[in-house]
Amino acid sequence: MVPTNYYVILSAILFGLGVFAFIFKRNIITIFMSIELMLNAVNLAFVAFSQALGKLDGQVFVLFVIVVAAAEAAVGLGIIILIARNRQTLNVERVDLLKL
Amino acid sequence: MLEYLWIVPLLPLLGSAVNGLFGAKWPNKIVNSVAIGSTGLSFLFALEAVREFVDSGQVLFHKEFFTWIAAGNFRAGFDLQMDQLTVVMVLVVTGVGWLIHIYATGYMAHEVGYCRFFSYLNLFMFFMLILVLAANYVLLFVGWEGVGLSSYLLIGFYFLKKSASDAGKKAFIVNRIGDFGFMLGMFLLFRAFQTLDFQAIFTSSTLQGWPVELSGHLGTLTFACLLIFMGACGKSAQLPLYVWLPDAMEGPTPVSALIHAATMVTAGVYVVARSHILFAHAPTAMLVVAIVGCATAFFAATIGLVQTDIKKVLAYSTVSQLGYMFLACGVGAFSAGIFHLMTHAFFKALLFLAAGSVIHAMGGEQDVNRMGGLSKKIRWTYLTMLTATLAIAGFPPFAGFFSKDSILLSAFQSEYRGRNVGYALYGLGLATALLTAFYMFRLIFLTFHGKQRYDEHHVHVHESPNSMLAPLMILAVLSVVGGWFAAPVFLPGGTDYFAKFLQPVFGGLEAAGTEGEVHSLELWLAVIAFAIALGGAMFAHWLYLERPEKADGLVKSLKPAYTTLLNKYYVDEMYAAVVVKPLLWISTNVLWKAADVAGIDGAVNGIADGTTAIGDGVRHTQSGNTRSYAVWVVVGAVVVIAVIFFWPFGGKTVLGVVR
Repeated sequence: MVPTNYYVILSAILFGLGVFAFIFKRNIITIFMSIELMLNAVNLAFVAFSQALGKLDGQVFVLFVIVVAAAEAAVGLGIIILIARNRQTLNVERVDLLKL
Repeated sequence: MLEYLWIVPLLPLLGSAVNGLFGAKWPNKIVNSVAIGSTGLSFLFALEAVREFVDSGQVLFHKEFFTWIAAGNFRAGFDLQMDQLTVVMVLVVTGVGWLIHIYATGYMAHEVGYCRFFSYLNLFMFFMLILVLAANYVLLFVGWEGVGLSSYLLIGFYFLKKSASDAGKKAFIVNRIGDFGFMLGMFLLFRAFQTLDFQAIFTSSTLQGWPVELSGHLGTLTFACLLIFMGACGKSAQLPLYVWLPDAMEGPTPVSALIHAATMVTAGVYVVARSHILFAHAPTAMLVVAIVGCATAFFAATIGLVQTDIKKVLAYSTVSQLGYMFLACGVGAFSAGIFHLMTHAFFKALLFLAAGSVIHAMGGEQDVNRMGGLSKKIRWTYLTMLTATLAIAGFPPFAGFFSKDSILLSAFQSEYRGRNVGYALYGLGLATALLTAFYMFRLIFLTFHGKQRYDEHHVHVHESPNSMLAPLMILAVLSVVGGWFAAPVFLPGGTDYFAKFLQPVFGGLEAAGTEGEVHSLELWLAVIAFAIALGGAMFAHWLYLERPEKADGLVKSLKPAYTTLLNKYYVDEMYAAVVVKPLLWISTNVLWKAADVAGIDGAVNGIADGTTAIGDGVRHTQSGNTRSYAVWVVVGAVVVIAVIFFWPFGGKTVLGVVR
């Protein structure tokens, strides 16, 4: 059986990549995907601990996270389409109406 | 009526309220009838109560109407009392007050604020009656402060005039200094006796004997008496707190007559006489009272010598005569002091009212150098004022002669560690009598005799209306006969009926016996006093009527002394330099600029400015750049995780998370 720490390390790597992309990418869709990546990294950790501890709590959480992620994807993509229509760009640097 | 004693002070209060609230739209006649009616009724009620009291033959009438303050074992009630001392005071206050009200209806007839004036005047009557009827120090203090308030309001009656409103403030503030002492004195008395009721305090001493630590030269009682005397100094314009009274002449003349001559300023004398049992047990305080009174009498008389404002002369004369009253109290002759208080109320009120009549006749002129030769034109004013002058100068058989004589006699006989102090007080008192006769006759001669020194085309001298002359005449009669209570003293075996009447109050404290040797001494002293008064009057006659050019020569040869007196010994300037200026400096630089502007305003503005500055710095984090927000989210998450896992200070929970 694969040891639990492998899963956790993989989860950390995926999460780190997600954070990295979240901060440094300019394309709004890429940022959106990096958020999904972080969510799934956490899901992986949940599932791994669930199996290691023999409890189902983690898996239940994962189902919740998937549902929330789906809702978030629906709202988020709607916002992205609106931005693309209004500003003809997907570059977050140029979505700066709030700037002083 | 005695059971309903509260009606006496209440009537003027009602008059004040009615005139103050509704009088503005009423014609003068209705305001008159309310003001005169309320004080007149009050006078009648007082007369009836006094008659009942005297008829019943009791020593003291005391009635508790309701409890005003109750705290622990302390009780201060609305308790009124009447004894012989109160009888004298109440009759003087309501009687003279009523006459002055009548006079004022004539004097103030053309003034703006007519109903306001009478509202204030009635309010004064209310507080003054509370003061003299009160049966405990707390209620007395209510009246004490109330008359101070009315005095302030009436001095500043012409409040648009800067000098008048300044004078009002000066009177109020100087009186605060005295009142501060008075309150401390009350606190001391309460600590010593656990009560402030007159009877409880005064009888506790006579019945149980004084605890040793209370009496003696520097005991509690001495300090309590000195502090109370400090209050009396403020109210009765004694050294060093007399400075407000001459300035108080800015008020209308009836006010000067009622408040600043006849009644309010004598409140200090009344308080000392009321507390005579305490003072009798504090010989040091008595000596201080005598010395301050005597010094004030002489000091004020010297200033009065050179003043040219007719009311200022009378003001300094009032200060001087009040000094006489304190001298009497200080040497233990309380009934003589109260006697002089009463006669002084008559003749000094008359002097002020007559002076008001002169001012009225001259169309507002107050400088005696621009008068002269008025005796024929305003004959009744002249005659009444002359009567009062003879009375104050101490000519027999006018009232002032008897009262002043009994004060000088008491001073002469007083003993404080030998007789020398008494002789010194007597000498100074006699010198003051000389000065008094001189400055009063100087005033008469400059005003009514000699050459006319005003322009007849501008001033139409006219006698005052009857409403003003009638009180003058009544007071003139009183100024003559007011002293006759004591006249039999000069007959062999005669009695001073005034002192006898007050005997139940002042009791055995007064020196008894007017027989034999004392009797001849009394006659001799009276002759000396009369000669002195005559000398002063003759000198004034010589200097101002026979040889007027000598007066200027005298001024030139005594230039430094003359200017010093003309500037009132520079006392006001000295107070300004020593007290007022430093206080102003501290107020401006420390309290205003340092504490208020820099401290309080600085703190408030500093907080506002600081908040703005922080906001100004922090707003740069709100860049509007989505990616920087992302960075902040990550940084925040990292910090939270770091805190949860690496919190260095022990403890089980951080941010509510169990580690």
